[in-house]
Amino acid sequence: MVSQARKSALLFSGSDWDFNKLSRVYEEIEAIGREELRLDIYPVQMEIISSEQMLDAYSSIGMPLMYRHWSFGKRFLYDELLYRKGARGLAYEIVINSNPCIVYLMEENTMALQALVTAHAALGHNHFFKNNHLFRQWTDAGGILSYLDFAKSYIARCEERHGLAAVEAILDSAHALMEQGVFRYHRPPKLSSEQQREGLRERLEYEERSFSDLWRTLPPSQAKGKPEAEEEILAERKKSLNLPEENLLYFLEKNSLILEPWQREIVRIVRVIAQYFYPQRQTQVMNEGCATFVHYTLMNTLFDRGRLNEGAMLEILRNHSNVIFQPAYDDPRFSGINPYALGLDMMQDIQRISTAPTAEDRDWFPDIAGRGDWRDTLLDAWANHRDESFIRQYLSPTLIRKWRLFVLADGADEPHYEVASIHNERGYAKIRSALAQSYDIGASRPDIQVVDVDLLGDRHLRLQHKVKDGVMLEGQSRDATLRHIRNLWGYDVSLAAIDAGTGALLSERWTKEL
Amino acid sequence: MPIFIDRRLNPKDKSLGNRQRFLRRAREDLKRSIRDKVRAGGIADLDREHAVPIPRKGTGEPTFGDDKESGRRQHILPGNRTFSPGDLIDKPGGGGGYGSAPGTTESEDDFRFVLSREEVLDLFFEDLELPDLVKLSLKQILSFKPRRAGFAASGAPTNINVGRTMRNSHGRRIALRRPKQAEVDAVAQQIAELESRPPDAKTRERIEALREELDRLERRRRRIAYVDPVDIRFNRFDPQPRPNASAVMFCLMDVSGSMGEREKDLAKRFFVLLHLFLTRRYERTEIVFIRHTHEAKEVDEHTFFYHTQSGGTVVSTALEEMHRIIEERYPASEWNIYAAQASDGDNFATDSERCIELLDRKLMRLCQYFAYVEIIDERESHIFGSTENGTSLWRAYNAVDGKWPNFQMRRIAAPADIYPVFRELFARQPDLRKSA
Repeated sequence: MVSQARKSALLFSGSDWDFNKLSRVYEEIEAIGREELRLDIYPVQMEIISSEQMLDAYSSIGMPLMYRHWSFGKRFLYDELLYRKGARGLAYEIVINSNPCIVYLMEENTMALQALVTAHAALGHNHFFKNNHLFRQWTDAGGILSYLDFAKSYIARCEERHGLAAVEAILDSAHALMEQGVFRYHRPPKLSSEQQREGLRERLEYEERSFSDLWRTLPPSQAKGKPEAEEEILAERKKSLNLPEENLLYFLEKNSLILEPWQREIVRIVRVIAQYFYPQRQTQVMNEGCATFVHYTLMNTLFDRGRLNEGAMLEILRNHSNVIFQPAYDDPRFSGINPYALGLDMMQDIQRISTAPTAEDRDWFPDIAGRGDWRDTLLDAWANHRDESFIRQYLSPTLIRKWRLFVLADGADEPHYEVASIHNERGYAKIRSALAQSYDIGASRPDIQVVDVDLLGDRHLRLQHKVKDGVMLEGQSRDATLRHIRNLWGYDVSLAAIDAGTGALLSERWTKEL
Repeated sequence: MPIFIDRRLNPKDKSLGNRQRFLRRAREDLKRSIRDKVRAGGIADLDREHAVPIPRKGTGEPTFGDDKESGRRQHILPGNRTFSPGDLIDKPGGGGGYGSAPGTTESEDDFRFVLSREEVLDLFFEDLELPDLVKLSLKQILSFKPRRAGFAASGAPTNINVGRTMRNSHGRRIALRRPKQAEVDAVAQQIAELESRPPDAKTRERIEALREELDRLERRRRRIAYVDPVDIRFNRFDPQPRPNASAVMFCLMDVSGSMGEREKDLAKRFFVLLHLFLTRRYERTEIVFIRHTHEAKEVDEHTFFYHTQSGGTVVSTALEEMHRIIEERYPASEWNIYAAQASDGDNFATDSERCIELLDRKLMRLCQYFAYVEIIDERESHIFGSTENGTSLWRAYNAVDGKWPNFQMRRIAAPADIYPVFRELFARQPDLRKSA
């Protein structure tokens, strides 16, 4: 009798899945997620796709809709090849930060895997998307799909009207600047609706047709020639153009003199998509950690309640441990720190600190140690942190010891690496801050800004690269990228490398020299 | 309750457009790959899919990136076992070292992807300047004719095979003991008979029993269908390629020292194109390679293109060899004979006469088509503007050209010159189709 009761309590048995099972499992997981972890999620839309469709989704950076460009075709060929050769498996799921939250499930997955994926993506990622402040402030989950739809058809229309080559040229140049096409410090404007976009475009086109500098009737400034006046003019100019500007794509879109309205719109589309992905890049560890923590907790709860059988649980655990595998630095499989592993370990560590702290934990985390409310702490961390701040705040000495982290100082002109810190009393704080620093995208990406342009003179666009720690730009790709900037700007561009500390000019590169 | 959407039946190849854009982008590189394939591979190999390396030129996606060779940085790594602060570790040779982003370390040379036959032909045709009509007809796949081939359990209703279906149905009815109409009728008649008699208790009982029996039979008949979906058989059709006559293609080439790499490459393209054309027209195409210096010999394809042989040049030997092979293996009544000859035009003056005679008397009667291409230097192409003067072989063949309409001769200096040789051939296409 007991065994029968147990059996009927099982959510599923066997490895085949069907829609009833999926739905039953989802209901159960969602209920547990809400009650155990107090998750708060967008409604879920699950889409079953085949492996080929998964490959398709890969190549269009995981989005369900994407405009056409050759680089996606290239990526598709690489992915397909790696997959066919067996060098790489496909992801079990893709999840999209939209409302409703779209989760792709692969049809090849077994039922146990589908359950795991549901907990991971439909609950974990979904909660993170909905609650993390970066996503809340910087992306518009409700508007992204309709925006992508607009982008796709707009670019297709442009291809029809202006030819593939012309559209491709603009997209190539804009893609080269995607990294420099985000606002890091102030919030981007909300995505406008279809109608607003239409109106805006019309207005732009009208302005473009009717504006002419010849009609300017204000008398020119009398004070020309004096040095302090020059300074003043320069300051005025910078102010009117909002310089310095870190978002190169934005600057080019608004100020380039040679772009036609449709070209501006394309630049804008690329910029909006770059901005949409910016929070994801800053929260890799947290996002994956959150999802992994959620699936691990939920699956164990299900198992404890007798809703999963041992076979399914074993399969889930095997996949789980594959995902969080972290080889040591000297292992041939090592390819950097695994965000899944780091995120999960840190979150489980928070759980431990809350419930069973050591004296050391009490020293380091007086505000959370031993308070027992790990759920609150985690919910708060998921909502308010990004990778950099999360690590800076919560990486504990226990974890540093467990991972045996060490810092290697690497000067390009020295023949040796030097071990700077290891997991000891003196090293903890340094390792923590170095690791946090390495997850700070703002610090690790080259800092390039528009500093000056004389629109009434030779229209020479001056860019400045703030060189930190002597890390220069790679020459070949820098030249190629500068060429792309020139394509969008239409006139000469120069890039000056300025040492961030001393302000000394290290080198300057002109497009004329290319 | 989540929303489920089953996307598995959505159209695949969502990224086909992207693939086309990528191929267009990498056109030059891919063309070179295909050209190398043609150079290295067999003549008959072109007409299928090909794996080519993913080209790198023109498909780079530059961004501003850090120079790994400059500056100071820190690596944070897990798994320390033996280090203490201040330890110095030798850098691995070649720089780079730790934590390079995935994707940058993999060598892109290892990646090959498959171009479909269509794409291969597109790339191959590109600098041959074939008119679109010709390209289309070369790319077209042979037409198929459906032919009866047994039976199938599924198919279109129009193809139902009634005889076979009824046979199955009959067998099933016997096996499942479906009551026949006669049995039912017999019982019904018995009832009628009994009912017509004066009723008494025994008859009534009997009628009751018979009624029940009748009812049982009717129910059974209803349950076991007369024709069930499992009985149905369809005629199966296999697509059969339309039978075409066979063709043999003779490739004749002068392999003496004067034929260099470029000359052979051009000749090969010419042969490839002719072969492609023939495989479209004929069900079965064979190729015979004959190379010659002062003596001719039938050889395999590899020897034909890659082995040089020293010696003089006597073209007639090749023609004789060809004639011998035709007599021996390819009777003109069964085979369409095509010949393509490539040469740089050198020949012994006296031998040219013999060539004319051979062609005129024997070969041209047997051949559907004889194409002679003379491969010349690009600089010479200006000098030989008119066809009148030229090498000894050229002058000799001129006489044949005037006499036989199915004889073609051209000078080729660049790939684009190859097509005009075929113009005649393509112009005659409608006739060919009729006769096929």
